[in-house]
Amino acid sequence: MAQARMIDQAERADLLRFTTAGSVDDGKSTLIGRLLHDSKSIYEDHLAAVVAASRRSGQQSVDLALLTDGLKAEREQRITIDVAYRHFSTPRRRFIIADTPGHEQYTRNMATGASTAELAIILIDAAQGVVTQSKRHGFIAALLGIRHLLVAVNKMDQVGYAQEVYQRIHEEYAGFAAGLTGVDLTFIPISALHGDNVVLAGDRMPWYDGPTLLEHLETVEISTAADPAEFRFPVQYVLRPDGDFRGYCGTVASGLLSVGDPVVVQPSGKRSRVSRIITPAGEADTAVARQAITVCLEDDLDVSRGDLLAHPGQLPWQAREVDATLIWMDSRALHLNHTLLVKHTTSLVRGQCVALHARIDPNTLTRDAAETLRLNEIGEVRLQLFKPLLCDAYARNRQTGSFILIDPVSNATLAAGLITGVHEPEMVPGEAGARERHLTRHAGTVTSAERTQLLRQQPATLWLTGFSASGKSTIAYALEQRLIAEGHACMVLDGDNIRHGLNQDLGFSPRDRSENIRRVAEVARILNEAGLIVITSFISPYRADRDLARRIIGEERFIETLVDAALDVCEGRDPKGLYAKARSGQIPDFTGISAPYERPEEPELTLNSQQQSVNELVQVCWENLVARGVIAS
Amino acid sequence: MSTLTTLDLLEAESIHIIREVVAEFERPVMLYSIGKDSSVMLRLAQKAFAPGSIPFPLLHVDTGLKFPEMYRFRDAICGQLGVDLRVYRFEEAIERGDNPWDLGTVRCCAALKTEALLNALREGEYDAAMGGARREEERSRAKERVYSFRDLFGQWDPKNQRPELWSLYNGRIAPGEHIRAFPLSNWTELDIWLYIHREQIPVVPLYFAKERAVIVRDHQLIPVYDRTQLQPGEEPQQVLCRYRTLGCYPCTGAVHSTARTVEEIIEEMMIARQSERITRLIDHDQDSSMEQKKREGYF
Repeated sequence: MAQARMIDQAERADLLRFTTAGSVDDGKSTLIGRLLHDSKSIYEDHLAAVVAASRRSGQQSVDLALLTDGLKAEREQRITIDVAYRHFSTPRRRFIIADTPGHEQYTRNMATGASTAELAIILIDAAQGVVTQSKRHGFIAALLGIRHLLVAVNKMDQVGYAQEVYQRIHEEYAGFAAGLTGVDLTFIPISALHGDNVVLAGDRMPWYDGPTLLEHLETVEISTAADPAEFRFPVQYVLRPDGDFRGYCGTVASGLLSVGDPVVVQPSGKRSRVSRIITPAGEADTAVARQAITVCLEDDLDVSRGDLLAHPGQLPWQAREVDATLIWMDSRALHLNHTLLVKHTTSLVRGQCVALHARIDPNTLTRDAAETLRLNEIGEVRLQLFKPLLCDAYARNRQTGSFILIDPVSNATLAAGLITGVHEPEMVPGEAGARERHLTRHAGTVTSAERTQLLRQQPATLWLTGFSASGKSTIAYALEQRLIAEGHACMVLDGDNIRHGLNQDLGFSPRDRSENIRRVAEVARILNEAGLIVITSFISPYRADRDLARRIIGEERFIETLVDAALDVCEGRDPKGLYAKARSGQIPDFTGISAPYERPEEPELTLNSQQQSVNELVQVCWENLVARGVIAS
Repeated sequence: MSTLTTLDLLEAESIHIIREVVAEFERPVMLYSIGKDSSVMLRLAQKAFAPGSIPFPLLHVDTGLKFPEMYRFRDAICGQLGVDLRVYRFEEAIERGDNPWDLGTVRCCAALKTEALLNALREGEYDAAMGGARREEERSRAKERVYSFRDLFGQWDPKNQRPELWSLYNGRIAPGEHIRAFPLSNWTELDIWLYIHREQIPVVPLYFAKERAVIVRDHQLIPVYDRTQLQPGEEPQQVLCRYRTLGCYPCTGAVHSTARTVEEIIEEMMIARQSERITRLIDHDQDSSMEQKKREGYF
């Protein structure tokens, strides 16, 4: 039994990937060595080798940096050359560290480590204070989409563990980091050499009462609220083992896919439906982001590597010209109007940089004009492609917003690119309306975290579903009144009201009901993005439509709420006389009478309006919102 | 809604890498060493292309010095799965009688493994070779890319690696150059066993504890087979032990263990305090022996 529990525990441990950065001699390798050593993650033979090597080089104490400096040249020069990936685990979590060097000439490795990390540790030498490199590292981490920055003020032993020194660095760096968007900052004073506040607190800094570095790494919640909800599936490989089977292999870049979903194949714009999903565990009904799957479609379409599957109405940009931030990584500088290879998702296309808008100084976060970009410089460019890219902004989607530039002659990787916007997107065949106009979508720079801070609430959508006259609108407006009274920004979207305006062109056929729900979900999402709590009141009888709303609004924000009352009770209430009209045939497609109601299988919340009063139900909603952290108690 | 476990995520990442290699290269091959990592990689390859079959051959570089149990296992599994297994033996060196007792491990590996591998890749005209190396195994491996570029001579230049961001791998090469791809880069030894447990993957019985004839030399348990050369005074004894890694029998030591099942191995792993490569005699040759071998083209 103990054995089964042990295996189960090992399988459940989640994984945090973080990167470390600091300038030369800030003590990065020592910190990692200390983390590995004090968390007892070092194997005995590895430690014995380091003890022996320390002794050979005549050092008094064990040099923990030797644990991580893997290459001979590094051990000779006692510096870290290249990014190294280290594993360690505690009973609470397991970790992969991308250990990246601090020399200016190796900034490209910092970006490499940051590209797959969820958290970055920025090391600052307490004796040196905030230096150019400290800012550069914070900027690159934020640029690459890392939302959690942990600033470790190291070598506190060298400044006598003085609180004033720590405070000064804290204030200076926080001032700088205020210019970085969407970043959650934590400061911890440590001594990697002596171990203070690394794994254990120690007693030399009684003035600090926060968590130790390891405690923070073990408990920090990696926010997924900003993960993109839109389904993106770059086709990686077409699988045709025999004449009968045709599947598209790839990794779900974002969103959720279900069997039966309508999909658009880009760039052709052809539509089909998903007939099968094959996951590594076998046939499945759904697939989620990061799963490597094979998708089969109902129709035989011409689909190849580099194409992208998306849901109708949620298509990515399709553009021959994109604006992007580049991190230049090669010793040969950027040449405008020279042909390059662009690897983006699963496609490799030719293109060229046609304009350099600005170079960014990572130390001051200012932009200036420049002729070219050199090794380790960062700039904003316009990139022209010989074939359109199917992409999103990097700030919105790390997978579909990133690319690398490759030199077609030397095959070297020249630069990493982050898409910020598109210029003149192409028409998308088969997509009606707005898509045929030339639109440019740009990602804003204000993050949801900033809005959350402003409004002191987390956005969410309480999606009420149930029969007509089950009490949805009554509950919705009563809850809204209480939220507003207690200082929360919220908005009710009510079925009747929306149908009088935004959706006046829609009827009650299944198709129109779907479109009705889709539009409402999009509006709810916009209001959520603005930071508001949304309460919707729609019968929304079809499960597939509610699932679509869930995808649009996002799993984290969507609270499916069943307002539960038996059909005969609702019919008995019939405040608008609708049931009577439906029974007499005056209203076709009436839910419960002449159209089906598919009950939610596992709603997040159920409100029994037959047995509880409106006030009681508002209280139930209130407590649920508190429990979810949407509002404070 | 289902959330993916760490093992699910590692599995997905590996499948992504294997598919990427197949999609981007003309003549990919998967190196198969019969060990636990190869067994996991083989299962991942099957999953990547199900319901189809694996669209590339497996390559076993055979030194002629593997454990007899490994050959039996290899032939049984490959027959059963119907995979295209190609065995390469560097006959010139094998006939010459190259062995670690006479040459020392450095020169023996250089001939029977490194040179043999480079010959095999050249003869097969393979432009990408997938291997089961993991970053966790050894210090210099921690610096490997997922796509590791090798020049005309199969050499690795650790100071001049291509930057590798996100999951965008640069597989562009000139004729004669090749890429080594490592789908298991981010797995740990524990992950490998957890996956073997979850997926019920068959592995060579040598991984499980059993009374075996060994000699005890410098705290290492050295297996005794036909060609094993005993030093004066050495007497084989029966010891309950198992192998954590498998290579050539002259250079692979066993460890004391009572773990007779996968579950017991996992339990042992979770309290283990020694790294797995301690039993590989080749790693201790010199301070940076693995890095040196890798630079020259060793896997």
